[in-house]
Amino acid sequence: MPKAKVTFEDIGVSVTVPAGTRLIEVSEKVGAGITYGCREGECCTCLTKIVSGAEHLAQPSMLEDQVLKDNMAPRGHRLACQAQILGGDIVVRPA
Amino acid sequence: MPAAALTSDAVEIAPGVHWVGALDPHLRSFDIILKTANGTSYNAYVVRGESGVAVIDTVKESYAGDFFRRLESVARYDEITTIVLNHLEPDHSGALPELLRRAPQARVYLSSRAQMMLKALLKPSGEKPPQYIPVTTGDEVDLGGRTLRFLHTPYLHWPDTQCTYLVEDGLLFSGDVFGCHFCDARLFNDAVGDFRFSFEYYYAHIMRPFREHVLDAVALIEPLELRTIAPAHGPILRHQPRDYLHRYRELATPRLHNEARSEKTLLVFYISAYGNTRHMAEALAAGAEAIGGVRVSLYDLEGGEAGVFTDLIEEADGLAFGSPTINADAVKPVWDVLSSLTTVNVKGKLGAAFGSYGWSGEAVRLIEDRLRGLKLRVPVEGLRIKLVPAADELAQCRALGEQLARHLTGRIEPREIDLAALA
Repeated sequence: MPKAKVTFEDIGVSVTVPAGTRLIEVSEKVGAGITYGCREGECCTCLTKIVSGAEHLAQPSMLEDQVLKDNMAPRGHRLACQAQILGGDIVVRPA
Repeated sequence: MPAAALTSDAVEIAPGVHWVGALDPHLRSFDIILKTANGTSYNAYVVRGESGVAVIDTVKESYAGDFFRRLESVARYDEITTIVLNHLEPDHSGALPELLRRAPQARVYLSSRAQMMLKALLKPSGEKPPQYIPVTTGDEVDLGGRTLRFLHTPYLHWPDTQCTYLVEDGLLFSGDVFGCHFCDARLFNDAVGDFRFSFEYYYAHIMRPFREHVLDAVALIEPLELRTIAPAHGPILRHQPRDYLHRYRELATPRLHNEARSEKTLLVFYISAYGNTRHMAEALAAGAEAIGGVRVSLYDLEGGEAGVFTDLIEEADGLAFGSPTINADAVKPVWDVLSSLTTVNVKGKLGAAFGSYGWSGEAVRLIEDRLRGLKLRVPVEGLRIKLVPAADELAQCRALGEQLARHLTGRIEPREIDLAALA
């Protein structure tokens, strides 16, 4: 199975994960500062800054795009509960 | 002082500005979590300009009759050009679906984050959402000689909340901000009974968890000329309105002075039946202290009450909870504290758990789950030790304390791990 590496800047932890994992699943397990609310892409609690490697995440769905827009999220931000890791190296930190 | 709101007519609060809200004197508990000893009010307002009429907020659905009667005493539905929703919670938006049916031409102004809530609110009626315009700080609506200017004040107390400022009159429609549950038909702060307790109680239960946002909002409001603050609950503040703004600033400012302010703070709470979890707590605290840069405090939960610890927790950077496992659970004093934290903001604080156990040792994992649920970060796996901690196990406790201190002070060594190893 293809692997990816996600680095959580706030806690200095890099995690090797299988492709297809969502950011929030990893964040939760390693105790990073990205916290979650609804886990369904609505509440925007898990807004995350993608420091680098945004191209290694699946494109946001229409719902995620709308929620990011409604919440005036700056460019380069994603919802950790929605963002699916495809591969490569990704660096993130809480928004 | 005559009771202004004892009739079913609107009450003028400034020239061409009327209160059209409703009184709910017999309510004794609000949203389950708040006691309301003398009820509450749902304040809504109408502003008349030369070219338009605006309705600011509505009321709880069951009080829609009072709202419409008062509204009709000062405006026709076909005159309403503007509906402002400062906050979409049902006690302020309950009459909105019916108002939209009666004034379908009105344009609705709300914050960006209120849009999804508006759709959810109108879902049962099956109606198409009205023409709505998301607004933010500085956006304005011209009513003809009168200007409504919006202020983006999120999280006071919902993500959607905003305030609306009537520029020419120095009148702030503040939504739940500066509000309180206090029902008095005399309406104005210089005419009603003593509502000081209600004002502080409301702040403590509704606004306190969002104090950083309170300070942002206060900074946004402070430069405004303020002749009147018209909140969505409780008295209209026309006498010395700025006093209430100052009080919010005081209430949102940390109440305890931390002499060691330059250091991070770690609170180690524990409770212990035979001294084993206490020994773990002491070793953990010593480990954290040894790293430096962290002010560590030990608290035996048996010697305090949950509510009293809340102030400390609000100011702390890290929290560690130690509990034995009794009947497959953490013990009640721990849960009492962990269920008292909804009135303060703990999001993003560092959390950890530890405890001695006899047979199954569930307490530590249960506490960690709760800490995550409260949106603390739990980067270091908790420590479970079978019954009496031996010297090497106490060393593990010290190491846990050291790790927590390193996390608090940003001195963690970068680590690489495989997700599979964490499963």
